[in-house]
Amino acid sequence: MTKKYVYGLAAFLAIAGLSVFVYKWQVLDFPLSMNQETSVWTIESSISFESGPGSIKVNLLIPTLTPGFRMLNENSVSRGFGFSLNYGSGGREAQWAIRRADGPQTIYYRISVYEDTGTDQSDTTPPFPPPPVINEPFRTAVDVIVADVKEQSADTASFTAELLRQMNDPSPDPNVELLLSNAANRAEFVDSITTILALARIPARVVHGFELQGRMRNAEPVAWLEVHDGDRWRYFNPLTGEENLPARFLVWWRGNEPLISVEGGSNVQVSFAVQENHLDAVTIAETQVTQQGASAIDFSLYSLPIQTQAVYGVLLMIPIGALVMVFLRNIIGIDAFGTFMPVLIALAFRETKLFWGVILFSFLVALGLSIRFLLERLRLLLVPRLSAVLIVVVILMLLISLMSHRLGMETGLSVALFPMVIIAMTIERMSVVWEERGAADAMRAGLGSLLVAVAAYVCMGMAWLEHLIFTFPELLLVVLAIVVLAGRYTGYRLLELSRFKALTSR
Amino acid sequence: MFVKPQQLRDAGILGLNERNADFIMRFNPRRLYPRVDDKALTKELALDAGMAVPELYGIISNQGEAREFGQIVAERDSFVIKPAQGSGGDGILVVTGRSTRKRNLFRLSSGVLISEAEIAHHISNIVSGQYSLSGNPDKALIEYCVRFDPVFAEVSYQGVPDIRVIVYRGYPAMAMVRLPTRASDGKANLHQGAVGAGVDMSSGETLTGVLDNDVVDEHPDTGALVSGLRIPQWEFILQSSARGCDVTDLGYLGVDMVIDRDLGPMILEMNARPGLNIQIANCTGLATRIARINEIYDADANFEERARLARREFPAERQTSIEF
Repeated sequence: MTKKYVYGLAAFLAIAGLSVFVYKWQVLDFPLSMNQETSVWTIESSISFESGPGSIKVNLLIPTLTPGFRMLNENSVSRGFGFSLNYGSGGREAQWAIRRADGPQTIYYRISVYEDTGTDQSDTTPPFPPPPVINEPFRTAVDVIVADVKEQSADTASFTAELLRQMNDPSPDPNVELLLSNAANRAEFVDSITTILALARIPARVVHGFELQGRMRNAEPVAWLEVHDGDRWRYFNPLTGEENLPARFLVWWRGNEPLISVEGGSNVQVSFAVQENHLDAVTIAETQVTQQGASAIDFSLYSLPIQTQAVYGVLLMIPIGALVMVFLRNIIGIDAFGTFMPVLIALAFRETKLFWGVILFSFLVALGLSIRFLLERLRLLLVPRLSAVLIVVVILMLLISLMSHRLGMETGLSVALFPMVIIAMTIERMSVVWEERGAADAMRAGLGSLLVAVAAYVCMGMAWLEHLIFTFPELLLVVLAIVVLAGRYTGYRLLELSRFKALTSR
Repeated sequence: MFVKPQQLRDAGILGLNERNADFIMRFNPRRLYPRVDDKALTKELALDAGMAVPELYGIISNQGEAREFGQIVAERDSFVIKPAQGSGGDGILVVTGRSTRKRNLFRLSSGVLISEAEIAHHISNIVSGQYSLSGNPDKALIEYCVRFDPVFAEVSYQGVPDIRVIVYRGYPAMAMVRLPTRASDGKANLHQGAVGAGVDMSSGETLTGVLDNDVVDEHPDTGALVSGLRIPQWEFILQSSARGCDVTDLGYLGVDMVIDRDLGPMILEMNARPGLNIQIANCTGLATRIARINEIYDADANFEERARLARREFPAERQTSIEF
């Protein structure tokens, strides 16, 4: 009956903890491992122009759908301009407007994105393009090319690849040469290809974007060809015909509309600068969550002041220490003093570091114990006796600090970090066990405590675990579930397997 | 070094976790603990039930009475002073006689002479909680000093050997004799190095012994064979321990008895968390016996029937001599 409740409770706790964990991990993208830094690219476009006499309106096409990237934030810097974001035919547009301006103007639009291969920002399936109106003699040339390419291809993808191959042939056929005669740059080249594809009733468009890498002062948008095969959009390198998108290609805008239009201004210049930063993945996840308005973040420890965070960074590891303790005592069967003494000692080890921690602790307990035996002769009552031990411990700590300082060993100073009450209690418990059960038992339990403390220290010091618990405090529910289950573990302890060995050899 | 868990399970060995979770926590509600932790209360309960306990000469429960102990023992030459809530035999003073020259000089079991004032000081320490585990004020019991039966004289080094019986739901399940050694400083405590010898439940004859988790055949100090000793009044011992459950209501109980040369077996104390070494002493698992008791459990059976059943159900399988 109790067992059922215990299992039920443990299952409930584990499921609750794990589901919040998985939600935060998978949906909100909180990072599993520490220092998982994500590259964040900030792309800044600066628009400068000479203002005319009247009102000015600036339209800039900005990223809408960015496969492989997720937007962290965007903002605009401009002096005196009204700013708005609109959806136009070619995607999102940033619009600045001002009634009157004097002299040269510069407007900045800045967007920060980070890589997220998981984002599949699928676009809608476009309608079949209407047959374009093409004037002779280009019309005939296009017809010939389409017929020729159709002959040598099977589907949309191979059609596009073959078309690109013919268009890029170093010794082009006269029809191609004719078509390309008025394509001045890469964007126009890709544009003419989309026209040919439109004639073949294949939806295609130009995508303009940037291959992000490190820091780029004057990044030029690169045109890429996007073709819809009836199922999804495919990307083609217009110069090689390879079907791929370069790594870290941020799509800025699509279509053949001009990137920028300035009404009432002249001498328009647009330049792009790219800057790579590394941001903690947690920060990104949080910004993301705040944008989505999910409430889980409100309970995140990262919203606490930094100093409080540091305190909780340590406190949250105590349950892990307790778990280690439960495991070592109830499953392995190691003797130790007190329930949580080893965990608190392990906490002190965090400050003193393991080697010196063990040495100082053993030294302190041994000294305290010998003085405790002297006190034993006085036959003091419990509370005064404990207080006396406590005072002796404090004096010993002071002496150790002073001595080690004199000897120039600064590590000795950290002895002050040991929880003195815990040490006093340890000394007291140890001396009682020594009296009642003999030195062997006392030493065994003392060493057991030290062993548990070291194990707890090692587990509590795992940086990835600390990060995991701090980022996903809900995992403590899982720890609780395990501890509850261990509370009903009625199997043998590991050391009992050796203790009762004699009984099985019959 | 280790055996497989399955081997222990097959041997019916009870582990600490299982003992704590399935028996102590289930059958020993905490509110009943004072009945066994306070020896004065244990004695009172046992006396009310008409069971044999060492006669109580007096209880000293506050500092002012400490001086009166001389009157309490005015008629006695030997007695024991012990803390009511002590543990592990701490604070026990065994007075075996008086000095022939002065009546207010007492001779301890170790042979040392001690004055009445010193004893009064010891009592006052007991009362103030010196030996009580919780550190709370305690009571000092002054009681009859057991003159133990010579049956165990050969296998004891000083001190008083006692008999520990594990009683499960009123049925004696397993028993052992605890024999003091030099290492245990005359205390019948296995943790301190006393030898535990298993007992055949049906005949009351000792089996092999255990010393620090290892099986031994001989007493380490006297060299005498531990096995084959017949415990006198075995039936009565089993009945008394079965009644221990009746007076305490504890379902998983360790009853410690001593055998007095003149007065026979007496209950010394009881324990709500008896250890598991008894299994090694008996070369038998407790779990098997507990399972059997669960099968034959009868809420209406009186202590005589329960003791009889224990004798019938749990004979030693054979006179064990372990081979390794």
